[in-house]
Amino acid sequence: MGKHYLPNLAQRDEMIKETGFSSIEELFSDVPTEMLKEFDLPEGKSEYEVFLELNEVLSKNRTALEMPSFLGAGTYFHYVPAHVKYLIERSEFLTAYTPYQPEISQGMLQALFEYQSMMAELYGLPIVNSSMYDWGTAIAEAALMTARLHKGKRKRFIIPKALSPEKKEVIRTYTRGAGLEIVEVPWSENGQLDIEKLKEVVEDSAGVYVEMANFFGLVEENVREIGEIAHEANAYFVVGADPTMLGIFEAPGELGADIAVGEASYFGSPMNFGGPRAGVFAVRDDKKLIRQMPGRIIGMTKDADGKRAFVMTLQTREQHIRRAKATSNICSNEALVAVASAIHLATLGPRGLAELGETIIKNTAYLKKRLSEIAEIPFEGINFKDVPARFERPYSEVHEALLEKGIHGGYYIGKHFPELGETALFAATETTRKEWVDALIESLEEVA
Amino acid sequence: MFRQAKWEEPLIFELSREGRVGYTMPKPIEDVEIEIPEKLRRKSSLNLPELSEPEVVKHYTRLSEMNYGVDSGIYPLGSCTMKYNPKINEEIASHPGVAYVHPYQDERTVQGALKIMWELEQWLKEITGMDRFTLQPAAGANGEFTGVSIIRAYHLDHGETQRTEMLVPDSAHGTNPASAAMAGFKVIEIPSNENGTVDLEALENAVSERTAGLMLTNPNTLGIFEDEILEIAKIVHKAGGLLYYDGANLNAVLGKIRPGDMGFDVVHLNLHKTFSTPHGGGGPGSGPVGVKDFLKDYLPVPLVGYDGKRYYLDYNVPKSIGKVKELYGNFAVMVRALTYLKIMGREGLKNASEIAVLNANYLTQKLKGTRGYELSHKELRKHEVVFSAEPMKKETGVKALDVAKRLLDFGMHAPTIYFPLIVHEALMIEPTETVSKEELDAYVEALKRISEEAYSNPEIVKGAPHSTAVKRVDDVLAAKKPILSWRMYIKLKEEGGVDY
Repeated sequence: MGKHYLPNLAQRDEMIKETGFSSIEELFSDVPTEMLKEFDLPEGKSEYEVFLELNEVLSKNRTALEMPSFLGAGTYFHYVPAHVKYLIERSEFLTAYTPYQPEISQGMLQALFEYQSMMAELYGLPIVNSSMYDWGTAIAEAALMTARLHKGKRKRFIIPKALSPEKKEVIRTYTRGAGLEIVEVPWSENGQLDIEKLKEVVEDSAGVYVEMANFFGLVEENVREIGEIAHEANAYFVVGADPTMLGIFEAPGELGADIAVGEASYFGSPMNFGGPRAGVFAVRDDKKLIRQMPGRIIGMTKDADGKRAFVMTLQTREQHIRRAKATSNICSNEALVAVASAIHLATLGPRGLAELGETIIKNTAYLKKRLSEIAEIPFEGINFKDVPARFERPYSEVHEALLEKGIHGGYYIGKHFPELGETALFAATETTRKEWVDALIESLEEVA
Repeated sequence: MFRQAKWEEPLIFELSREGRVGYTMPKPIEDVEIEIPEKLRRKSSLNLPELSEPEVVKHYTRLSEMNYGVDSGIYPLGSCTMKYNPKINEEIASHPGVAYVHPYQDERTVQGALKIMWELEQWLKEITGMDRFTLQPAAGANGEFTGVSIIRAYHLDHGETQRTEMLVPDSAHGTNPASAAMAGFKVIEIPSNENGTVDLEALENAVSERTAGLMLTNPNTLGIFEDEILEIAKIVHKAGGLLYYDGANLNAVLGKIRPGDMGFDVVHLNLHKTFSTPHGGGGPGSGPVGVKDFLKDYLPVPLVGYDGKRYYLDYNVPKSIGKVKELYGNFAVMVRALTYLKIMGREGLKNASEIAVLNANYLTQKLKGTRGYELSHKELRKHEVVFSAEPMKKETGVKALDVAKRLLDFGMHAPTIYFPLIVHEALMIEPTETVSKEELDAYVEALKRISEEAYSNPEIVKGAPHSTAVKRVDDVLAAKKPILSWRMYIKLKEEGGVDY
């Protein structure tokens, strides 16, 4: 099957004749015949049959629309306005390749330039690449970049212990080849980064990474101070921020960040079972930093008539030119996800972004207040999206009981952070409904 | 004659009017004031544009009209496999069972998603002759990094700490050496012979007890099948190295032969090339990595398992390299690829590669002999072909770049140019199986016309393009005076440093 995608199937013989070859077999005569094989694969099906089959398979998933879910821990249920999906499905965007020919790709190039520009505003740093794979790989690339900036003389990169286990694993895998030493700094009693412990390890480190709200959803109050400690030790300061915070929270660039990273797909993309996503990567306007930056960058220039135009630029850092000496191996990125986030941000504007942040922080506060009625909240402070709650019963039992009631509870973190015991992260966003939280608490009262 | 839209569309920031809103927001559950610590409250300006929804929609619609995709016309970028992206893929990927599913949901509530991943793995295993796959890598290069990291872990695990060299042919994609270097390898380049394939003697001389592996694309970036592949495999394996398959060109042999049967130990695929998922103007892609049985314990976590009743995430991978990306990979891309596979089936995949190869050879035969273009290496190609515009450059001053730009004037996308590096003034053409004979004929006609122009009126070619949204773009200026964001632009404009 699939004949409907192959126009020349009907002209096959005629075309073979015109090439001067005698048969399809002759076109494959350079392939050792003993390798040719009959494949053990199913027969093709009609589009309708596949439509039915895959609809049925996907309907087996229970979605966040069918059952209230309090899962977060790095992936969040945000609402994506309908026009975003409509626009990114314009086939001129959707079916294009990387804009290697700028003259015929101005639309994508300008859209990506606008993405870079909007993220530059949010993060307070003027130079943003046109996306990494996700937040986790963006941190890992930042770690490698800080080591390169120290010309390999410093190989220690500091991260908070209260960081997503997913992100930690990505950082470790990415930096193994370069021989980086990843050091975790524990949290203090309030759940935020232990500054005294940071001071003990900061010397000779290439970079220090901190997030404006950590894995426990706790707002980190001492971002600026942590940056000062890093800079005093001549280490680069890398700040991670959930961009949905940045309408109400200060920009990482204003807090001293040399490099800022985050997750762009919180705007414009649904959860998609975890991917695709898009990593934000931003740096200060400093030639030294720009030269070591990974990823594609779109710049503004002019055309032969002096008209404004856009083009991929500063490519001498990249793999297709520098090969083994490139700043990163990244080629395909997450361009369309980045454009989706820009379109969403364009409709939010400054007011909408602030209102989104306010709504999330208020809903998180409500969730936290209600959770505190039946579980222990291990840390004081302000939470953004995620709230840890500790239970007396094993959380797996709580989880089972909630699931039976048609509620998807939090994400159990006791496995990764045994010192927190039977703790799960519950999350709220602007999509969280009061009746969901109330139903959760009601159920927890019965089971916890 | 082709005419692309020329909207002179301002930047979205320039369309902003104070007070306009383009969003609606649900009310917070409780309207309590949350005190953000003074030192963290946003005080710096937030210069996002302010627009209504219809204005935003018009802006991006106009931008899209100044872009060219596979649906706009022929897009024969070599090594990119710009085949048609079936619309049913998009339909299935939009299912709420994809969009509204959280990756940390209880396994019992995501059986559909896990089944999709598991089934996709079974297809890819049979297609490549590998024993186990990870679907985690986000793109080809991410897959390469995964693959070479696995090779590194394998050697270290066997106490072979001296295997620090990764061999890469000089015709390889730039990502190959870059990925190998990122994984900590020293890259050794292997020259090609006069047939455009790996020079066996050079390979023999390069392998040693330091060899970790060889990264190979087959057919290679010249579109030539490495017909001595079994010998290559023998040489590398005998030296104790492993063989890595860059799947960028799998479309040439899909459903015909398998990397696993050629002797490859590790394979990465590009779902966004071979398996019809759209490129999205640069991504998202998806770069699954398959390995032979003896390497499966090194794969990233989690894998997807199936015990005959239920599907599950398997974190029990004893020597795993860890994770190369958060979570499980680009799931929405996997859904599209599986949709494609199920429609194509065994015969469909074979038809696809046969027609892709036929189309490339048809174009080769029709174009060869045209003044100014020289066919590189031998005539029999697989899915793509490389011509050199070196004679044209010498005789008329018209370069491969000019030819590429002039093609745009005919409403056709340019080939990949200046790659592979071993061919001067390279024009690397990969038509794919989804273009018609008429489109191929028109492409050849356009290239012939450009040849005539080059020899009679070269200025029209050197001044191209004329029919696109903008004229030839000044990339030297872009690098010399970097303007990388609205913020930088405004600053430069205030200083009087920019007139565009």
